[in-house]
Amino acid sequence: MKTIKFLLASLIISLSFISCNSDSDDPIVIDENPLADFTLLTSFTANNHTIEVYSEQSQFSVGYNELFLRFKDEATDSYISNATVSWTPMMHMTEMMHSCPKSAVTKTDDASVYKGFAVFQMPGNTDEYWELELEYSVNGQTYNVAQRIEVKAPVDGNKTVNVFMGADDSRYVLAMMPLKPKVAINDFSAVLFKMENMMTFSEVNNFKVMIDPRMPGMGNHGSPNNEDLTYDASAKMYTGKLSLTMTGYWKINLKVENENAEILKGEDVSDENESSSLFFEIEF
Amino acid sequence: MKTEFRPGSPGGTGLKKMTLVFALLALSQGHGQELKVDPITDSILPISLEEIILISSYKRMLEHKSQHKPLSTLDAYLESSKKVKTIKRGAYAWEPVLNDMTTERLAVTIDGMRIFGACTDRMDPITSYVDVSNLSAVHVVSGQQGTEHGATIGGAIDLRLEKSNFRPEGWSGIVETGGETNNEAQILGGELNYSDERFYADTDIIYRKAENYVAGGGEEIAFSQFEKYNLSVNAGYKVSDDQKLLASFIFDEARDVGYPALPMDVSLARAFIGSLSWVQDDFIGDFQDWETKLYANSITHIMDDSQRPDVAIRMDMPGWSDTYGFYSQAQLKWDKHSFLVKMDGFYNRSLAEMTMFPNNPNQPEMFMLTWPDVRTLNAGFFAEDVIELKKSSLELTTRVAVQNFNIADEFGLNSLRIFYPEVTQYQTRLLKSVSAHYRKKFKQLSFNGGLSYGDRAPSVSEGFGFYLFNSFDNHDYIGDPDLKNEKAIEANAKISLPLKKLQLGLEGNYFHTMDFIIGEVNPDLGVMTIGAEGVKIYTNLDHANLYNIALDAEYEITPELSCTGLVSYHRGTDQDGRNLPFISPLAYNAMLQYTQGDFSGSLTMRGAADQVNFNPVFGEDRTGAYTVFSLSLGKAFSINDDDVHVKAGVENIFDEFYSTYSDWNNIPRMGRNFYMTVSYAIN
Repeated sequence: MKTIKFLLASLIISLSFISCNSDSDDPIVIDENPLADFTLLTSFTANNHTIEVYSEQSQFSVGYNELFLRFKDEATDSYISNATVSWTPMMHMTEMMHSCPKSAVTKTDDASVYKGFAVFQMPGNTDEYWELELEYSVNGQTYNVAQRIEVKAPVDGNKTVNVFMGADDSRYVLAMMPLKPKVAINDFSAVLFKMENMMTFSEVNNFKVMIDPRMPGMGNHGSPNNEDLTYDASAKMYTGKLSLTMTGYWKINLKVENENAEILKGEDVSDENESSSLFFEIEF
Repeated sequence: MKTEFRPGSPGGTGLKKMTLVFALLALSQGHGQELKVDPITDSILPISLEEIILISSYKRMLEHKSQHKPLSTLDAYLESSKKVKTIKRGAYAWEPVLNDMTTERLAVTIDGMRIFGACTDRMDPITSYVDVSNLSAVHVVSGQQGTEHGATIGGAIDLRLEKSNFRPEGWSGIVETGGETNNEAQILGGELNYSDERFYADTDIIYRKAENYVAGGGEEIAFSQFEKYNLSVNAGYKVSDDQKLLASFIFDEARDVGYPALPMDVSLARAFIGSLSWVQDDFIGDFQDWETKLYANSITHIMDDSQRPDVAIRMDMPGWSDTYGFYSQAQLKWDKHSFLVKMDGFYNRSLAEMTMFPNNPNQPEMFMLTWPDVRTLNAGFFAEDVIELKKSSLELTTRVAVQNFNIADEFGLNSLRIFYPEVTQYQTRLLKSVSAHYRKKFKQLSFNGGLSYGDRAPSVSEGFGFYLFNSFDNHDYIGDPDLKNEKAIEANAKISLPLKKLQLGLEGNYFHTMDFIIGEVNPDLGVMTIGAEGVKIYTNLDHANLYNIALDAEYEITPELSCTGLVSYHRGTDQDGRNLPFISPLAYNAMLQYTQGDFSGSLTMRGAADQVNFNPVFGEDRTGAYTVFSLSLGKAFSINDDDVHVKAGVENIFDEFYSTYSDWNNIPRMGRNFYMTVSYAIN
């Protein structure tokens, strides 16, 4: 521990030394990429603009994806900061097409960066693929572009999205928000959408998502003091508390209850029933 | 207690004060020398409620005669005593019980040093990290009279190290060996000592190895093997006539220790125990016998289940406990008062982990901290005043200590916050104890009586344990950092009636314990351990009452032949009248002892009545009555001026199949066992 502390300290000192040096040698501040810490998932050129898509994740993953967009005007070699942007991710299947739940695209604190989220229900394959359709307006002029993107299954193979038919004969998409799990009571959140038709997914804001985390690798034991997810209007998502008593593989069994306290999907876990048909998985 | 004393009247007027312990030791050894009264190992000396279990003496003859089974494990010595009982989880590392209370309610020390086990499942009581080869005696003090070395409720057990202590004896050496038939135990030990008036150095080494033992009737108890080695060095140097520098070091390691009553074994239990002391006769003003000790000890304990054929899930459970401490004490005699004042402190770090390996290799390991790196800092002050009155004496003691807990590991702190969102990283507790003890000698009768109050902080498991599985009641236990201190009011009394050939003693104590800490089922919580029945949270009960009564007698039939007996009754209930766990049923033992010249022999009977008061909530069932007999014979020879002591005997003569109330999960005890030990002392 001491050695680690010592190493850290020396690292910080040497780093600050280097940065001081570069400041004095090179007074011109380079326009730094505000998304330098994120992964550039794809970039493509259209309408003399280069469009960059960034994410905290290393790929377009099945499940909830928070995406950051930048538009570079190739003519002026600068990033556009006054655009209005909308998007539609589209899955091109062999027989049909459908979209997915998504947010609006909004500006961030950095005017050149736009963000939104999309919940991909399935990965692409050789015959079927996702396309990101973008419409953006700059100075009164509207541009359109569609770019094929590669959506893959999550790297760890864990399930973070459920598409299900509820007892009300409606189709829903439930996705957990990215989580850095700790042995603790974790803030846990999810988004829930109702599929109105192939292209329209509306946010559901009066349901309840009940959680029951279990460890199938150890007698399917649970954890205490979880809090079911309820809709938080300010955050526009379902939030609750997830208690994890140890590291390892956890299956978070789910039940979705509507505003009339009717269970639309999901079953209780018991000695006879090891798992709900609706669940998320995490591993750490 | 205030320590205001007027200076003046040094030594001369006051009685030559020795500590009680010293007086008693001298007394017992005096008897031993004359060989009139045999100092049986567990003799309760009449003046005090203290019991001294003699383990080793530089008077080899005395040692030889006083022990039925020399070279047996320390656990066996403790168990042969009157006051200490043990909880068994196998053949090794029995947990001492005093006044029906165990580890967290006792102060167990080695030469006054605080040391804490590293096992969350109490598989390594402190007594398992020393061996009889290290020790001269075990001092057992009941209740608040035991607070000299730390806060306690039930009492104190101090394991005293053996030292040559500047006796001008030159070189001496001993080779000892022993064997037992039941579990094929082999014991090999040696001592090499040098001592003169300026310097001494004692070294000893012992090795023990035992296979599975066999219960009465012939059933082999799988996973009851053990192997252990222990090495110790003690040295002293007289800087001047009244100044001494002392050092001690013990290395103790056990490997491949089976715990048949538990689902896991121990692959390694290791301790390093060291100290440095400065002793001088004169101190500031009229203070005398100043002793200051610095000490450190480090324990590593690794539980594993790699030898078990069928487990629901494989797991590793290592634990570590490091303690650093000091004490400094001095004595003062003034008029009829003999004061002892002591400052002490310790810092302990307890950390334990649990890693579970899922049967599905694609799943990651499961990891948790079962003890979240708890740092305990304790600073205390102790004072004792023994006042000599007319044919009586009054002893007053007090201890005040400040104890701070720090949950140093963030992972562990977050884990606890699953249950206690508001728990803080630091907490401080004030511990206090006062006791008064009166002794009066009448013509034929002596009386001892005391009243005291004391408290203790929760143990690391009770305060901060995280899913500790108890296989006795089959529950997972969770600590509670917000537990209140446990407080006890204690009353005790003893009447001794030494007649000509018959000595009678009647002794009793009563503990009214408020905020008694025990695990209670929380039905809302789900289990973690596969197969566990439920989860218990450590809780403060409103109160619990405990009492112990013992009647003992000794009758000298002829100068060579004596007979001793003891009957004890114990009872423990909580505020609702529920039985507390691990309370002994009516127990008895009797011994016939013969000593003449170089020969000694004893026939012992031990037994207990049905355990009528048991509690299934705590995993108990009704343990049946039993009686077992043992026989021991000893003879001393002389070969070329060297002394040879041979002892042989048989335990559980009638091969009775039995278990006692304190045998974990009713694990049966050892059946018939023959043993023999030979000790060769080179003069």
